[in-house]
Amino acid sequence: MSTEATTPKPVELVNVQIDGVWYQFPKGTKVIEACSQAGKFIPRYCYHPRLSTPGNCRMCMVELGMPKMGPDRKPELGPDGKPIHNWIPRPQISCAQEVSEGLGVRTDSKMVQDARKGVLEFLLINHPLDCPICDQAGECRLQEFSYDFGPAKTRFLEHKVKKPKRIQIGPRITLDDERCILCSRCVRFMREVAKDDVIGIVNRGSYSTITCHPNKTLDSNYSLNTVDICPVGALTSTDFRFKMRVWFLKETKSFCTSCATGCNTVIGARENLMYRQTPRENNDVNESWMCDYGRLNFHYLNSPDRLLAPVAKGVNEPDWTAALTATASALKSLPPSEVALIASGKMTNEELFLAAGLTQALGIMLHDIVPHTDAGDDILLSTDRNPNTAGAKLLGLCDANAGSKLPAIADGIRGGTIKGLVILGEDATALGLAESELRKLEVLVTTAMLPNLTTASAGYVLPGSGFAEKRGSMVNKSGRLQRLNRAIQAPGLARDDWEILTGLTEAITGTSLGLATIEDVFKAMSAATPALTGLSLSKIGDLGVQLPIA
Amino acid sequence: MQIPTELLAKIDEAISHYPVSKRSASLPLLHLFQEQFGYISDESIAWIADKLGLEQINILELVTFYPMFRREPAGKVHIRVCRTLSCALAGADDLKTKLSEATGIHCSKHHEGFSHPPEVSPDGQFSIESVECLASCGSGPVMMINDDFYEAVAPETIQEILSKYK
Repeated sequence: MSTEATTPKPVELVNVQIDGVWYQFPKGTKVIEACSQAGKFIPRYCYHPRLSTPGNCRMCMVELGMPKMGPDRKPELGPDGKPIHNWIPRPQISCAQEVSEGLGVRTDSKMVQDARKGVLEFLLINHPLDCPICDQAGECRLQEFSYDFGPAKTRFLEHKVKKPKRIQIGPRITLDDERCILCSRCVRFMREVAKDDVIGIVNRGSYSTITCHPNKTLDSNYSLNTVDICPVGALTSTDFRFKMRVWFLKETKSFCTSCATGCNTVIGARENLMYRQTPRENNDVNESWMCDYGRLNFHYLNSPDRLLAPVAKGVNEPDWTAALTATASALKSLPPSEVALIASGKMTNEELFLAAGLTQALGIMLHDIVPHTDAGDDILLSTDRNPNTAGAKLLGLCDANAGSKLPAIADGIRGGTIKGLVILGEDATALGLAESELRKLEVLVTTAMLPNLTTASAGYVLPGSGFAEKRGSMVNKSGRLQRLNRAIQAPGLARDDWEILTGLTEAITGTSLGLATIEDVFKAMSAATPALTGLSLSKIGDLGVQLPIA
Repeated sequence: MQIPTELLAKIDEAISHYPVSKRSASLPLLHLFQEQFGYISDESIAWIADKLGLEQINILELVTFYPMFRREPAGKVHIRVCRTLSCALAGADDLKTKLSEATGIHCSKHHEGFSHPPEVSPDGQFSIESVECLASCGSGPVMMINDDFYEAVAPETIQEILSKYK
């Protein structure tokens, strides 16, 4: 490789004056981004950093000045030694303009204020102003910018244009065309990111209407991202619509656990109920998007069927200590060669580390995880529907070929050579075992959130927690270590899974592991795992850490 | 959808004018379709989108944007009456009413709004619509019947003019 190729091109910086202060920005930076970086937020509707720039909403107007050139074609300098500007007499949109040497920007002059006021007055002409019953209220840019920059009174006395309302434009999206300000973000997202060009703007002028082609529906697996980027209440999530006012939602940073991509998210919860999750920007994982499948795959956390108390010897045992002691002695009654352990690729690293400890405590040699695969796509959705297959491999719960030992375990159970099974967060019927075959096991221990055929057959059921109810870390398909944060509490007596596994191991060995918090577990895990050396839960941060693994 | 060979040749010729982006041929193709079939059907939209490698919504946007494209069939003889200011002052509204009576078209007021289909006579012979300026403001009221242009149309001459098209 030549040195030319390895040396990155030096970034060319240009001098730009924003509201009287000079800054330097890389060439090619949009003026709107430069202003944001200088701490001057410019209101915008149509502009989105990940989409093309049509410049149609006119909300981001600023005053621009070009350096005044002298007769020698050099900029004339003022008393401060900086260029003097020739200000353009009309406001300009800042989203389509790139910075240039000596450019001057005024973000809050009288002209800019008047321009914003004018744009907002026009935007509100046909808007229904139904904020009291609008789902977007509280996170609506039209509301916010009207509050910040808009006129206080209306001068409009005519009739508003009527447009379609409550349109099921897709299986997961409800459209209100009267609220739409025609920024076209949704159209561009579907065209440029989701590559499923089904929506567009029909008709003309004040009759312009966002619509889906009559023979099609907005049913892309990425359709709900249009709801996120819709700056107003036109596109709303049918799932979340009218469920909760957004200002009541407590927001918790997390990531999606529905596939191995691990899109970063924000969970919205109130009073121990999860209401929604929305994508959170992470340039190394999911940019600003997530798929609908992952986004909506959380309602099971709120299910009335959740397991609320431990079961030991087939009966409810509300005392966790008694339940764990009974489970431990049942497991110890069998020789290690007759016990197998099946973990899950949906468990956190901490839980997998403790599960590995459990196999050592019991002397179990036969263990694996259950692979879950389904169709993926080229955008975000991975074929591996386990969020932490990489973690299970890293921590030794399975070999490079996850699931390879499952047939041996299933055969052992059928043949009677395996008499005890510990199955963590999975359903044993996924191995092709019938319920009657599971009942042949002398000891069946399972952790679970919801009832399934395994919990129905198991003598020992230890109710665990979902992804929004616990802290911990996982490793996504590209080796990125990411962190879950607790948004809600597990229901009833259900426990954090790391506590269950620690308690069970301690009950088996009779000695304390010295793990009081999840931080302690991570510490023990990083000490034992070279790839995690020097890391802690807090060091993972909100955006994750790339691990030195493939 | 059955496309006559002659039209197909015209379509391919029109597309060849835009070597950089086939999308640019959308409007010429829509004109050719309206010329051939009298209106732009959903089937036509699908055919054009397929031909140009576009999504149907891209074509629908165009068809609904431009008022000269019809999504429903017009009459065999299509009358356009100018309703812009000079013609309006010169009696365009009265002219349109008289034309409607003479051709048996029931002209509802709804027609004046946005993207409504042209009004067609019961026998399908005539249809009428109001259009914007036909570029002869000094000689209103002005109308077009198919591609023929009529200036300063006096109501008493309507029957005589229409008789040419019956």
